[in-house]
Amino acid sequence: MKDTVGRKLRLLWLQSITCNGNTHSFLNHPELFSLLSHFDLVHHPVLESGYSMEELTDKKIPCDILILEGSFIEEGFTKNGVEVSSLVAHYAQRAEYIVSAGTCATFGGIFKQKDPEKISGFCFDGEERTERYEHYAQKLISLPGCPIHPRWLSYVLLMIASGKKVALDSLHRPVELYGYTVHSGCTRNEYFEWKIDAKQFGLKEGCLFYEQGCQGPYTRGSCNKILWNDITSKTRVGTPCFGCTEPEFPKVGLFSTRTNMGIPATMPLGIPRRAYLTLTGVVKSFKIKRFSERLLEYDK
Amino acid sequence: MKMKEKKALKRESIIQTALQLFSANGFHKTTIPDIAAKLHMSVGNLYNYFSSKDILAQEIIKYTSEVLGEKIRVVNTMDISAKEKIYKIVEIYFRMAKDKPEMIEYFLRVYLSNREVFNDGCEGMVCVSGFITEIMIFFDDAVASGELRNQDFFSAFGLFMGYLGGMVFLKGEGVLPKGIEYYIDDISRNIYNALKN
Repeated sequence: MKDTVGRKLRLLWLQSITCNGNTHSFLNHPELFSLLSHFDLVHHPVLESGYSMEELTDKKIPCDILILEGSFIEEGFTKNGVEVSSLVAHYAQRAEYIVSAGTCATFGGIFKQKDPEKISGFCFDGEERTERYEHYAQKLISLPGCPIHPRWLSYVLLMIASGKKVALDSLHRPVELYGYTVHSGCTRNEYFEWKIDAKQFGLKEGCLFYEQGCQGPYTRGSCNKILWNDITSKTRVGTPCFGCTEPEFPKVGLFSTRTNMGIPATMPLGIPRRAYLTLTGVVKSFKIKRFSERLLEYDK
Repeated sequence: MKMKEKKALKRESIIQTALQLFSANGFHKTTIPDIAAKLHMSVGNLYNYFSSKDILAQEIIKYTSEVLGEKIRVVNTMDISAKEKIYKIVEIYFRMAKDKPEMIEYFLRVYLSNREVFNDGCEGMVCVSGFITEIMIFFDDAVASGELRNQDFFSAFGLFMGYLGGMVFLKGEGVLPKGIEYYIDDISRNIYNALKN
């Protein structure tokens, strides 16, 4: 867990245009302080750390791992009177690893909506590479999510601290975390297979893909594999997946499925439409009694 | 020719012969010995290909659905407007009704009229998915491009295919004053006008 000269890796958490969502999510990590004990936390926006905000903006802090939170604009967003873009350029140059934590830092996310031409993620603007990409691609790890799951970040940090290589996809997302879709592991999968929609939000029965807007089948993420608060996920409790890890997040109309004559406008990831519709026509021809019943009868 | 290919050809010839006999004489009046006799093969050998008359009837509906689906699939891949696609689909359907009437007659007079034969194995859309899938793709594209109005699949499907089926049924009854092809133009226009945005 130490670098070649025997000291802990220095961790700097730098915020740009953000709602603090990833910072707060990370505080929910059940082993937060045990995890942080492996690092030298040189600066963090809300946790006690070695260096102050003033020292941060004076560009005096050494760092090995730079965690970025929030979306970016070249001019007009300052900390302590200093353009954040210049701070990022300074620290990103010196860090060995750059982790973009959250969809804003990775692709632009929610804050990009304010000024889509000027605001972007650190190395990506949606799926397009920004000018920074060439400079930093070698050390970049993307962790999109709104917010990220705290264990996604701890996975990356512990891999780095252990000197292990994190396998990444073309958008620099760890494949261990984003190789799956949110649909993988959803407790509603039987209802998806048999094309039975949920009759209303919050029910345990039915799939949310057909009417309630669930984007789980075409959104990359481990929400149903690494559960939230170690307990559950949005889709398990009856709320549709909003596709928050995707480059085009946020979309509109999150609680209803866009359909063309009843056919979902977006197919599950990588599934040809003809294959999907053939399967749909077949399974919809059968009525499975078990799936028309409540899972739990509370009145009995 | 390999044995496997020979068997596949034989299988298709049984399907085509049975299709003609079922369409012309009805499902119940056509027997397995009738089909075997027309093919100059033994009844026992025919059973090697299809274990019962019901199974044969189910394979025929799958076959006709695939043939029709393949033709519509070609239309779906064309870079033309939804209006033109409607024309082409109507044309395919009516030309088939004229040139190979048994294909459509089978659907109307055997498949829809003898549901008990198809209840176990051809539930709902199971045996007609080759055709239904292509119609779904046509509608999906046409709504996505803004040409047709977004609505429930079945309200649009019923209007389109119910209309075509009804016309072919009237043709089969011999009550249409003109040949079926005469109606392609007007019916395509009616369908487009009913479904357009």
